[in-house]
Amino acid sequence: MSNIKDSIFKMRFLDETAEKRTPVHDLHPLAKLLVTIAYLITVVSYGKYEISKILPLVFYPVVILFLAEIPPLPMLKRTLLAMPLVVGIGVFNPVFDREIITVLFGLPVSGGWTSFLSLLLKCGLTVLSVLLLVATTGMEKISFALRMLFVPRIFVLQLLLTYRFTSVLLEEAASIWNAYILRSPFARGISCKAWGPLLGQMLMRTFDRAQRVYQAMVLRGFNGEYNTGSARQLLLKDFLYFASWAAFFAIARYYNIPLFIGSIMTGVGK
Amino acid sequence: MSHHVIDFNELYYVYPDGKQAVNGVSFRIHHGESVGIVGANGAGKSTLLMLLVGILLPTKGEIRVGEIPVAKKTLPVIRQRIGLAFQNPDDQLFMTTVYDDVAFGPRNYQLSEPEVEKRVMKTLDTVGIGHLKDRAPYKLSGGEKRAAAIAAVLSMDPDILVIDEPTAALDPKSRRRLINLLKGFTHTKIIATHDLDLVLEICDRTIVIKEGRIVSDDSPVKILADAGLMEQCGLETPLTIQNCPVCGSPAHRRTQ
Repeated sequence: MSNIKDSIFKMRFLDETAEKRTPVHDLHPLAKLLVTIAYLITVVSYGKYEISKILPLVFYPVVILFLAEIPPLPMLKRTLLAMPLVVGIGVFNPVFDREIITVLFGLPVSGGWTSFLSLLLKCGLTVLSVLLLVATTGMEKISFALRMLFVPRIFVLQLLLTYRFTSVLLEEAASIWNAYILRSPFARGISCKAWGPLLGQMLMRTFDRAQRVYQAMVLRGFNGEYNTGSARQLLLKDFLYFASWAAFFAIARYYNIPLFIGSIMTGVGK
Repeated sequence: MSHHVIDFNELYYVYPDGKQAVNGVSFRIHHGESVGIVGANGAGKSTLLMLLVGILLPTKGEIRVGEIPVAKKTLPVIRQRIGLAFQNPDDQLFMTTVYDDVAFGPRNYQLSEPEVEKRVMKTLDTVGIGHLKDRAPYKLSGGEKRAAAIAAVLSMDPDILVIDEPTAALDPKSRRRLINLLKGFTHTKIIATHDLDLVLEICDRTIVIKEGRIVSDDSPVKILADAGLMEQCGLETPLTIQNCPVCGSPAHRRTQ
């Protein structure tokens, strides 16, 4: 059951990383949220065959990983979690779209494979950028920024409580698993006969626990508004951070940077 | 000081499954009193506390905190006056750092951020965990979690402190630290517990509950030394007043 324990650890990994003090963590949450939104829009706006144009956007997560001192491996592992879904969506592209659109190192590459790879790349970059936002800002501050953008209170609350409820659910699942496995030493997993009662138990226990957490919140004055403290004022550095990344994304979107660099290098070579 | 008086008037509570948890309870708690509510498991102690803070509303009867009845409309005022620390601190600590958790209440009451910070730091220092403010609550030890949960309640500046099983799952040193901490508070205290030695040390009044009814209400020494009463209510006399298990000498002689 290290899987569930791992998942709890992983969820907390993001919370813990968000508590670091680095130049990226110190930026205003709104600036980071807007940059992430701009990044997401830019990444998904590329056409399905435009792999080379997307490549410069890898620069953004790499820079953030470096500046925010976030270990890259755990982040990449979490990014991979979303991949099976995209593989499921794009796996038939190579089958249906067989038209050769380019030749790479002498190998003909079909449109299907190109669009499949572009889908994987887009998914990887978007998931990674959102994880980086959570790991450099924290869910509470992201919610604060969302409220600044006038996202309705109910949605923000839903987001925050779902995030908190997930860890409650995982903790209950871990303790049920421990109780089961300690009394079934030869079992290699949970017998399907026990799935029903265990899932029911888990749901009821999670509801109870969530209820108690909610009561604790209500007793301390919670009335539907998740007050996470007021963030500091927006400073020049926040504007500069947003403006420079937005400019970079715009350039990457409208100019083919790899082609440009390639042509410069070829020009120098001549 | 009548505004700190708590009145339980002919209180009844029946759970949706039909369990009669509180069965005609009446008593008054005065300002500054330390009251220990003791009883076996399922006697109705926790239900009583939940009724006091309005998590549950009585089936019959009423509770008044000063002039204010505990009712849906008055809950925000009642909950500002009464701080309840849960039996399991894990249920109470849900933010990512101890600081944010302790600040949760004051922020909900719309205090300015400098005022919130002042209150949080003062409270953390009071319970002696100022150095843990940036730690994640789930990484704390049992005693530290309990202290953080009490700090989270104290930061609301309540007049009345209500604690459910404060020493459950604490090691002896953490327990001792907590007892000393509670002794230092001048708030009205209501403590529901099985730890009868704690009641003997901290409380100046004990209420014994059995099957949702008050069986006895008197000074801790009188009640807790009554072996018959303790036996009848599924409890036993506190270790500090039992005879020595090795030589059999009475407790008062051992303490001399």
